[in-house]
Amino acid sequence: MSAPRSRLRPRDTVRVAFSGLRARPLRAVLSALGIAVGIAAMVAVVGISASSREQVHQQLRSLGTNLLTVAPGQSFVGEASLPPESVDMVARLDDVGAVSAVGVVPDTAVYRTDEIDPNQTNAIAVSAARTDLLDTVGATVASGRWLDDALGAFPVVVLGADAADLLGVARTDGDVQVWLGGEWFTVAGVLDPVPLAPELDSSALIGWPVAASLLDFDGSPTTIYQRVDEAAIDDVRALLPSTVDPATPEEVAVSRPSDALAAQAATDETLTTLLLALGGVALLVGGIGVANTMVIAVLERRSEVGLRRALGATRAHIRRQFLGESVLLAALGGVGGAVLGGAATAAFATSRDWPFALPVWVLAGAAGATMVVGALAGAYPAARAARMPPTAALSTV
Amino acid sequence: MTVSTAQPVVRLRDVHRRYPGRPPVRALDGVSLTVAAGELVAIVGPSGSGKSTLLNILGTLDRADAGEVRIDGQDVGSLSDRQLSALRAHRIGFVFQQFFLSPGVTALDNVADGLLYTGMSPRERRRRAARTLARVGLADRTHHRPNELSGGQRQRVAVARALVGRPSFLLADEPTGALDSASGAAVLKLLHELHDGGTTVIVITHDHGVAAELPRQVHILDGRIESDEYSLERS
Ligand SMILES: Nc1ncnc2c1ncn2[C@@H]1O[C@H](COP(=O)(O)OP(=O)(O)O)[C@@H](O)[C@H]1O
Ligand SMILES: [Mg+2]
Repeated sequence: MSAPRSRLRPRDTVRVAFSGLRARPLRAVLSALGIAVGIAAMVAVVGISASSREQVHQQLRSLGTNLLTVAPGQSFVGEASLPPESVDMVARLDDVGAVSAVGVVPDTAVYRTDEIDPNQTNAIAVSAARTDLLDTVGATVASGRWLDDALGAFPVVVLGADAADLLGVARTDGDVQVWLGGEWFTVAGVLDPVPLAPELDSSALIGWPVAASLLDFDGSPTTIYQRVDEAAIDDVRALLPSTVDPATPEEVAVSRPSDALAAQAATDETLTTLLLALGGVALLVGGIGVANTMVIAVLERRSEVGLRRALGATRAHIRRQFLGESVLLAALGGVGGAVLGGAATAAFATSRDWPFALPVWVLAGAAGATMVVGALAGAYPAARAARMPPTAALSTV
Repeated sequence: MTVSTAQPVVRLRDVHRRYPGRPPVRALDGVSLTVAAGELVAIVGPSGSGKSTLLNILGTLDRADAGEVRIDGQDVGSLSDRQLSALRAHRIGFVFQQFFLSPGVTALDNVADGLLYTGMSPRERRRRAARTLARVGLADRTHHRPNELSGGQRQRVAVARALVGRPSFLLADEPTGALDSASGAAVLKLLHELHDGGTTVIVITHDHGVAAELPRQVHILDGRIESDEYSLERS
């Protein structure tokens, strides 16, 4: 007669492992809590930084990554500028779309009233702006209106978001005037912050013609903005310096503002790593909690182990039962933690008006980490349960 | 003396089991015992006489230091731990004094657990469990949990669990020890019925009254078999 074997179906192994947890639900939940905290922290950290990155990517997608700015190099002492004809030269290049420019009006400041001491400077630059500036840099008007060809000839100013705050200007109905370069200028509008041209936020923008007529502006641009065919961006980038300043091309600085935005999104990496490590410590502590629970469970359930051995369980069956119980316990914490971390990410993203992003690899990683922690925590207690002699297990009661 | 021509279910020959200590305890000191298929045997002796040690060896939960143990003709000494587990899963049904039922689990599932380590499908386990529960007279208690059953009913559930795998023999350790006399009598009656149906049953007890009701009494004292008597079958 071929001897029948002792066999426990995989599904029964899971069921048996689960029944051990179900017998003491409160204890299971409490010891899974440690794991949950660790996993929640890790998921939330990764989720929040992914959401923040996704926010920047979405912003870049809507702003476009094809804006280049050209400025005279920083090597000059004092106000440097580009030749007045350089804007037209750039517009004539292949693969260049919209072109616009601003020119800082030298030695000109803007104040709330004419009673402020002119020696008291502020950070607001007064710039002449071409009327096509908004479309080119993707700026939007927060209130009031933008300069057009008619307005540009009059003493009218549009303030960047920070400039409006600094001057304390809230109204754009034409009643507010500011003291600009020794003249009264009427505030026609205030801009939203401009992510691709943050220098505009602290600028007071006036029309090109009025700058020339009232403030002796010589018409030299200090920054040229151009949209470039994405595919040709490197070529154009190489061509721009000699185009705008054939005499001293090496002193021209060309930059791509979207790169700075993208880089900014990547800078929180160290903080993320630190927080991830903290989550890892919480996970470790949670794992110790699970191991502790399992050691106690094995001690308490000697007679159950004995009964199972009497019913025909092998040592391997007993080991798998307790190992499974430990992994399930950790998985309980893992699932709870992932839900918690996902909820925290969603809440945080919503509060900041960010898109919600939670990479799948985080969830897979959380699941993997949980399994490993559960298996490690359960290994010793399970081995102990498996080694118990069936007689000792039965005789304790 | 009955002489069975069939292969004995249990055969011990000069079995020794010593527990280390100062001095070492000779818990079993040369026990020879044969139980034929279909027998109902009481192993009876006072506390400390070696009954539990003998039960462990008969149930293959423990190994003898010396001597030969054969269960269903198989030499237990030559089997691995896995093989012994298989033997327990398929050939031996245990009944314990403390029942050892899983709390919060229905009578049906407790009985079905008797087949857990045979690898049988859950459906089939339950089907057989229901049939076996009916056999021990608890068809109407299938979905009751242990705390909803009397002590006697619990022990009958435990007997059903031992029985459900159709083992070669039932090994009952003080099966009436935790019961009042009426419940104990009912459990004994059940064992008699199983015996009448052909099941081999070995009952371990310190209670001479219980032993006297069974057809064969093996008396054990200080690890040795003192006497092996057959009484007249009950009418
Ligand atoms: N694990 C053990 N270690 C040492 N001595 C033991 C152990 N188990 C039983 N004994 C001793 O062996 C003898 C027989 O015990 P046991 O088989 O439990 O008898 P019974 O079940 O008839 O009361 C007793 O003297 C007991 O003290
Ligand atoms: Mg005993």
